[in-house]
Amino acid sequence: MAGSGKAHLRPEDETLIRVEDLVVEYDIPGGDTVKAVSGISFDIKAGETLGLVGESGCGKSTTGKALIQLPKPSSGSVKHNLVELTGLSSEAMRRRRTDLQMIFQDPISSLNPLRKVEDIVAEPMKIWGPKDKSKQQEMVDNILDAVGIDPEQARGKLAHEFSGGQCQRISIARSLILDPEVLICDEPVSALDVSMQAQILNLLEDLKKKYHLTLVFIAHDLAVVKNISDKVAVMYLGKLCEVAQSDELYENPAHPYSKLLLDSCPEPDPTVVIDQTVSDDDELPSPINPPSGCRFRTRCPFATEICSTEEPQMEEIRPNHYVACHHPLT
Amino acid sequence: MNTTTAADNVAVDADNSTSPLLVVEDIHTSFMVPGGEVKAVRGVSFELNQGKTLGVVGESGSGKTVLARSVMRLNLGNNVITSGSAKFRGSNILDLRPKAMQKLWGNEIAMVFQDPMTALNPLVKVGRQVTEHVRHHLGISKKEARSLAIDLLNEVRIPEPENRLDSYPHELSGGMRQRICIAIALACEPTLLFADEPTTALDVTVQHQILNLLNREQETREMGMVLVTHDLGVVAGRTDETMVMYAGNVVEKSSTKELFEDMQHPYTEALFRSIPKTNERSHTRLTAIAGRPPDLIAPPSGCSFSPRCPYVQQKCREEEPPLIPVNNGSHFSACWFPVGTEENQEAFRKNVAAGLPQTLVIEETLTKSSEKEDGV
Ligand SMILES: Nc1ncnc2c1ncn2[C@@H]1O[C@H](COP(=O)(O)OP(=O)(O)OP(=O)(O)O)[C@@H](O)[C@H]1O
Ligand SMILES: Nc1ncnc2c1ncn2[C@@H]1O[C@H](COP(=O)(O)OP(=O)(O)OP(=O)(O)O)[C@@H](O)[C@H]1O
Ligand code: SF4
Ligand code: SF4
Ligand SMILES: [Mg+2]
Ligand SMILES: [Mg+2]
Repeated sequence: MAGSGKAHLRPEDETLIRVEDLVVEYDIPGGDTVKAVSGISFDIKAGETLGLVGESGCGKSTTGKALIQLPKPSSGSVKHNLVELTGLSSEAMRRRRTDLQMIFQDPISSLNPLRKVEDIVAEPMKIWGPKDKSKQQEMVDNILDAVGIDPEQARGKLAHEFSGGQCQRISIARSLILDPEVLICDEPVSALDVSMQAQILNLLEDLKKKYHLTLVFIAHDLAVVKNISDKVAVMYLGKLCEVAQSDELYENPAHPYSKLLLDSCPEPDPTVVIDQTVSDDDELPSPINPPSGCRFRTRCPFATEICSTEEPQMEEIRPNHYVACHHPLT
Repeated sequence: MNTTTAADNVAVDADNSTSPLLVVEDIHTSFMVPGGEVKAVRGVSFELNQGKTLGVVGESGSGKTVLARSVMRLNLGNNVITSGSAKFRGSNILDLRPKAMQKLWGNEIAMVFQDPMTALNPLVKVGRQVTEHVRHHLGISKKEARSLAIDLLNEVRIPEPENRLDSYPHELSGGMRQRICIAIALACEPTLLFADEPTTALDVTVQHQILNLLNREQETREMGMVLVTHDLGVVAGRTDETMVMYAGNVVEKSSTKELFEDMQHPYTEALFRSIPKTNERSHTRLTAIAGRPPDLIAPPSGCSFSPRCPYVQQKCREEEPPLIPVNNGSHFSACWFPVGTEENQEAFRKNVAAGLPQTLVIEETLTKSSEKEDGV
C-alpha cells in the first residue's frame, strides 16, 4: 500500500524513536475495517518534543498507542533505541513500558474512581519501583507536589472526589513516577483551565530539561502544540500531511489542511465575526472508505484531477519542512 | 460567606415580555467528607434568557461542574448538601418531585457531560444510547429509532453513521465520543442545555461545526445554553454573557463583549495572561497563576484569590469583596482593587516594592514583553 513517503526521516542512529509505514486497522461489526492509521512514518530525537495535531478521529491516539504496542500495529515498524518493538514478547514489552509511558485521553475515566490517590500514583511502582514504603511515599508526595496537588490534602482521597482538571494532574503524576525516557501525552491539557494548562506546559518543559525527556504531545489546540513542540506533524484521516519545526509550520503552512486548521482557530476576541453556516450535506470522509489519492481532496479547495488518482508523497519544500501535497501552498 | 449576590442586583425586566428561562439564586453545594465540608459552590446566582448563551469559565475545581449538576439536580452522591433555588420557567427545579423532574429531563432540559467516557455506558452500543431516552419518551419503534440515530450522528458530523451505530464507546475516538454525548443531549430537543466542556476533545474545524450546530438549535428552538468551557476563544465567539468562577464563587460577570474589553477582576486578567498564543514563538514561557488552587474545606479568609493575587493588600485578606456592579450596572465584579484603577496600580507598586513573589513574576513578564515591543 502506498505510504506517504519517508523523505522526512533522519538517519536512524540519530533518533530515539523511529516509526515506518505504520498501519493500524480495526475490524468492526458488519465486516468493515476502520483504516485508522494508513502507513505513516516519523522519527523523534532524544530530548525532542514532537507535536501531533489533526482532526478528531484521524488516528492520533491510535498512533500514540501503537508506540507502546497497545494494540500491536497491523503492520509496519516501531523502533525504540534501534530495537524493533513489534517483535517483542509481551513480557519484554512490559519491561520497555517503564521507559515509554503514556497519559491517556479521558482523564476522569482512566483513573479508578474508588481508589485512593496515593495508590493510583504509586501503582507503577508496584513492579518496578523501590520496595521501601517510605521511599515510595516520598516519591508520591514529590510528584503530586510537582503537578500542583497538595499531597497532604489529596493522598487519602478517592479519585471521584476530584474535578476533571485535578484528575488530569493525578494521571500526569502517575505517568511520571517511574521517571520515563519517553512520555506520550494524549491531550494532556485539554481538560484543564488555561492557568493550569500553562502550569502543566511549563512543568513538562522543566521536566523535559531536567530528565532529558522525549515527548510526544497529542493535542488539538494549535497554540498549545506550538508552544511545547520542537517539531509538529499534522495528520489527516490516517495519513501524515506535513512535518516541520513548529515555528516554521505555523508561519508557513504548506498543506491546505494545515492552513485550514490554523485559519479555524477561534480568536479570543468577541468582535470577530464567525461564519455560522451549518453544512449538512457535504460528504464526510471516513476512515472506513477513505477517498482515493489524497485523502483530503473531498474538502480541499485546490484539488485537481491528479489528487484523486495519485497519493502525494512527502517532499522537502524548504529546509526541514516536508509536505505531502500535489499543490503545496507557497 | 458571600452575602451580596448578583441576583440582588438584577433588575427584573420591566415589561416582563422576556421573562428568563432559568433563574438561579444563591446556590450552595457542599460535600461532607471525613476531613470536613468541601464548599464546592458558595452562593452562585445567574439568569438565562431564551435563545441566549451564558459562558462559564474558571479555575479547574472552581465548582463549574458541581454548579451545573446542582442546578440540573443530577446525582452528586449521598454526602451532598445543596441550598438555593433554580427556577425553570418559574418553577423551582430543586423542589420538583422525582416524577416531574424526570418529565423535564429528556423533554425540556439536557446536559452534555464533561467526560464522555464516564457519561456513556461502555457496554451498550452507541446507537442505542443515542435514542434510548427519546424512544422512552416518544414511544417509537426500533426501526424508527435507528433512522433517528443515523440522523443525529449525521448532525454531529460523525462519518458513516450507519457503520458506527453498532460500535461500543471504546471503539470511537475521543472526539467522536464527545459528539455522541452531544447527540444524546440534542435528541430530546431541549429548550435548556447545560454543556460542560462539550468541545474539549475536538479539533478546531469540528469544534467550529459543532458550535454552529448548537447555535442553530438555539435559533430554531430558542434554546438557552449554559456553556462551561476554558477556551477563551470559544467564550469570545459563542456566548452573550460570561461568568468567571473562582473557588466556588462568581468573581466577575458581564456581557462577553464588555468582559473582554474591560476586565475588572485580577483573576480574569490572570486567566487571559496564561493562554498560549499562536503568534508567540514556540517554547515561550507561559505566565501561570502562582500558587495552588484554594483548599475548599478551609477557604482563605477575605478574598479567596488573595494568596495568589499580584495586587493583594491587607484589606483583601480580612474582608471578602462583594460582587457589585461596575460601570453601567450589568457588569459585576468582586474585588477591592479592580484592574485598571489607580488603587490597583498603587497596590501593584507596593507589592513590587515589598518583593511579593506573585507580583514580581508578573512584573518580570511585563518588562520582558515591553522590551520586546521596544525592540521591534
Ligand atoms: N478499538 C477500536 N475499534 C474500532 N475502531 C477504533 C478503535 N479505536 C479507534 N478506532 C477508530 O480509529 C479511528 C482513529 O481513532 P483515534 O482514537 O486514533 O483518533 P484521534 O485522532 O485520537 O481522535 P480524537 O482527536 O477524537 O481523539 C477512529 O475512526 C476510531 O473510531
Ligand atoms: N463527590 C465529591 N466529593 C468531594 N468533593 C467533590 C466531589 N465532587 C467534586 N468535588 C470537589 O468540588 C470542587 C469543584 O469540582 P468541579 O468538578 O465542579 O470543578 P470544575 O470547576 O468543574 O473543574 P474542571 O474545570 O476541572 O472540570 C473540586 O474541588 C472537587 O474536588
Ligand atoms: S494533494 Fe491535492 S487535494 Fe490533497 S491537499 Fe494537495 S491540493 Fe489538496
Ligand atoms: S485585589 Fe484583593 S480583592 Fe481583588 S482579587 Fe486581588 S486579593 Fe482579591
Ligand atoms: Mg484521541
Ligand atoms: Mg468540570
